[in-house]
Amino acid sequence: MSKKEDEITWKDIEIGAIVTEPGSTAEYKTGDWRSQAPTYNTDRCIKCGICQVFCPEGCVEQDAGGYFIANMYWCKGCGICARECPTGVITMVEETE
Amino acid sequence: MGERIGIEVSQAIAEAAMLSNVDVIAAYPITPQTHIVEHLAELVASGELDAEYIPVESEHSAMSACLGAVATGARTFTATAGQGLELMHEVLYVASSMRLPVIMSVANRALSGPLNVWGDQSDLMSVRDTGWIQIVAANGQEAVDNVICAFAIGEDRRVLLPVMVHVDGFYLTHVIEPVIMPDREEVDRFIPPYDYPLPLDTEKPVTMGAFAPPVLYPEAKKAQDVNLRGSMPVILEHWDRFGKAFGRQYGPLEHYRSEGAKTLLLTMGSIGDTASAAVDKMRDEGKDVGLVQLRLWRPFPFAEFRNAVRDADLLVVVDRAISFGGPGGPFCSEVRAALYDEEKRPKVTGFIAGLGGRDITVAGFEDMVARGIEIAETGTDQEYEIYGVRE
Repeated sequence: MSKKEDEITWKDIEIGAIVTEPGSTAEYKTGDWRSQAPTYNTDRCIKCGICQVFCPEGCVEQDAGGYFIANMYWCKGCGICARECPTGVITMVEETE
Repeated sequence: MGERIGIEVSQAIAEAAMLSNVDVIAAYPITPQTHIVEHLAELVASGELDAEYIPVESEHSAMSACLGAVATGARTFTATAGQGLELMHEVLYVASSMRLPVIMSVANRALSGPLNVWGDQSDLMSVRDTGWIQIVAANGQEAVDNVICAFAIGEDRRVLLPVMVHVDGFYLTHVIEPVIMPDREEVDRFIPPYDYPLPLDTEKPVTMGAFAPPVLYPEAKKAQDVNLRGSMPVILEHWDRFGKAFGRQYGPLEHYRSEGAKTLLLTMGSIGDTASAAVDKMRDEGKDVGLVQLRLWRPFPFAEFRNAVRDADLLVVVDRAISFGGPGGPFCSEVRAALYDEEKRPKVTGFIAGLGGRDITVAGFEDMVARGIEIAETGTDQEYEIYGVRE
């Protein structure tokens, strides 16, 4: 749908609230759920990608330098990446804002 | 023109589904609906009805299977009663919110406990907020005709909603009545082909039953409510079409000697026939009493209802269900709510009667009318009375 979620009126709702466009779940900002965010000490990163494999949200992306970084639009702050990282790159930090 | 035959109402309902050319049936037998699904199974097994019959392990599965079938574009029918309707309860909301026109006959039955398989309308009332269209038949002919109408109404693109056709358990389901069974060709002409606009289709995939967060859920619910309310003129249109095609005209209300009556009995379902006999008797005795039967429970026909009771001084509403600790029977409390804002409104007295298959006799209706008049004159500190219970 071309409209943003908070612009959709009741008249825009498809019959039976059926979703006719694939991939629309990607617009859902699960990053709102987060209370802790992963922070990275990339000096220790061996670019193994284990954090990407374990991320239940599938939000870890490889950046231009080859480092694996969570996308904050979707990251729920569960901390699984920090727990699984074999070299201790990731520390979860309370988000205060 | 169809033939008038003697037939058990349950069998007639099954044959009405067959005449409607149903594609899929998923059902689980439960008293007093059993004869409906048994007869459907017979019709499929004998080859008389070319449909898929899915035997399921519960009513929850029955309704779930129906949703899958109707979402592919298959005309779908099921039937249940009492506890079975309760077991499929959560799926009922899914059917209406997903706008999937499953047609279901409900053989109204009392709810446990104590365990009771006989008829009342507790189950009908417990599903009134599930978003289905609810039509209440007063006799076998109405049941047959309204199963056929239900397909035309529910599958109409302006509606696309599931429809329940209620028949009182035993009082209707287990009696042999004279019924005019319409011809198959006539029914074919009456019900347009079912053409769901967004069916399950691998060539054009869609997501059904998706999640809606707080930013979308209220919009989805308003759309659903507007749709159900907006189904009213389409329901009337199909009833009119049916009247023209078959010579039997239906409406949201049925009036019996109600013109100018100062006291009106209000009923829903099969007790209306007994109530009409009571009205005849009271009229013969010079009492100014008439009867209004409600046929369409959802969407509630506010305008027609207010118009029908406008000139009465007293309404005697007979419910066959209790709202425990509430303002009365559900029928009576909605009647009161519908009239509250009217400048001139009749007094409303509520009786709960006929629970768990207890018969309401002609004398019973006379008693309730007399007691209603007494309450209207002298007042009462109770919202309603449960009629005919031994003290």
